[in-house]
Amino acid sequence: MFETALSFNDIIFLLKGAGVTLLVTFWAMAGGTLMGVVFGTIRATAPRWVGWPLAFVLDIFRSVPLLIQLILANAFQAIAGLQMSAFVVSCVVLALYTSSYCSEIVRGGIDAVPVTTRRAARSLGMTWGQDMREIVFPLALRVMLPSWIGLTLGVMKDTALITWLGIIELLRSSQIIVTRIQEPLFVLSIAGLIYFLMSFPISRLGRHLEKKWQDL
Amino acid sequence: MFNYTFHWRPALNALPQMLEGAVVTLQIAVLSMIIGIAIGVVLAVMQGSRFRVFRGIASAWVEVARNTPALFQIYMAYFGLGQLGIHLDSFVALLAGITFNNAGYLAETFRGGLRAVPRTQVRAARSLGFGAFDAFRLIVMPQMFRAVFHPMTNQMVWAILMTSLGVIVGLNTDLTGVTQELNVRTFRTFEYFAIAAVLYYIIAKIVTLGARGIAWRLFKY
Repeated sequence: MFETALSFNDIIFLLKGAGVTLLVTFWAMAGGTLMGVVFGTIRATAPRWVGWPLAFVLDIFRSVPLLIQLILANAFQAIAGLQMSAFVVSCVVLALYTSSYCSEIVRGGIDAVPVTTRRAARSLGMTWGQDMREIVFPLALRVMLPSWIGLTLGVMKDTALITWLGIIELLRSSQIIVTRIQEPLFVLSIAGLIYFLMSFPISRLGRHLEKKWQDL
Repeated sequence: MFNYTFHWRPALNALPQMLEGAVVTLQIAVLSMIIGIAIGVVLAVMQGSRFRVFRGIASAWVEVARNTPALFQIYMAYFGLGQLGIHLDSFVALLAGITFNNAGYLAETFRGGLRAVPRTQVRAARSLGFGAFDAFRLIVMPQMFRAVFHPMTNQMVWAILMTSLGVIVGLNTDLTGVTQELNVRTFRTFEYFAIAAVLYYIIAKIVTLGARGIAWRLFKY
């Protein structure tokens, strides 16, 4: 019969780690989406001399490993004497990282709205703001939401890297239990299962929405 | 505010070492892509198979690869397999983890690419006397790769970025590993990792531009 030293308390410990993972994901997505909408709108509507430098900066976040970004940000806040906790650093870095991907999604969404539709809105007397709110936003949302869900899941998985800064999230908590009970395969499998359960239903929902909205 | 003096000279002096690390990083990324593409094609074909067992194995691989962190997959290869008596060193474990991840994501990409090739083409090829395998190899595959070339480039860049995780399982020969070795010796974290970041950026850009050049050569007709 299968025997394990894993206790009920360890499961609670893992679930607490999962809670930290979700919390960091939440802050990263909240900050990242907010910035992403602003950056994406600028990129889709502002003149090139504003859009291109912004695109260049945002591209850096996608071309440098997240782990390096975390280490750099953490070192920088220590140098600058900002006295930020590792948790705050992680959230800020992940939010910036998210905003870079989110801005691409937002830009794609806005670009997907036909120019003629927007001209029609303007010629009906809508202001730029009304056009954005009443016409572009609802239409772009259909294009953006499936990718945004995908981004959320991607960020949730990327939060595993904040373990390097010493934050006890899901993967780190599984490592801590492994060092005690020495059953890496079993404990890691449980951690993987928790990740899977957090991610799989939402990824299914995203795929479903994508299919459903494709033929609208 | 800045009670700190930046020392760039030692970091710049370490550049040759870091470039050697960059070569290892590229090696891992390229290897993981080649094996990943091979497995990815097989998985994509398996997902369209008549046999439930094949479909099951393929979807299980794809879903696990896509719904768990890459770091978890590397941990599985490094710590998890050790319990089964399979002891991989950190290089092989990192390679295995990234390859597993690549194969899962690429399988999904290839599945979309396969759908872009009309079924009638296979039938036309078969009626011209191609065997099933030849029809796939000579007719379907080239068109599929054309359709998925851009997503494949993205995956290559991700593979490069993922190699940085090797340091967490103790790899000290790739770019991040070398940088970390230098860092623990000198504690000039910011300087060394800033240079590493620049190197990663340059590598990523070279790969993207190179891929664009290859695509232009291959697909210009």
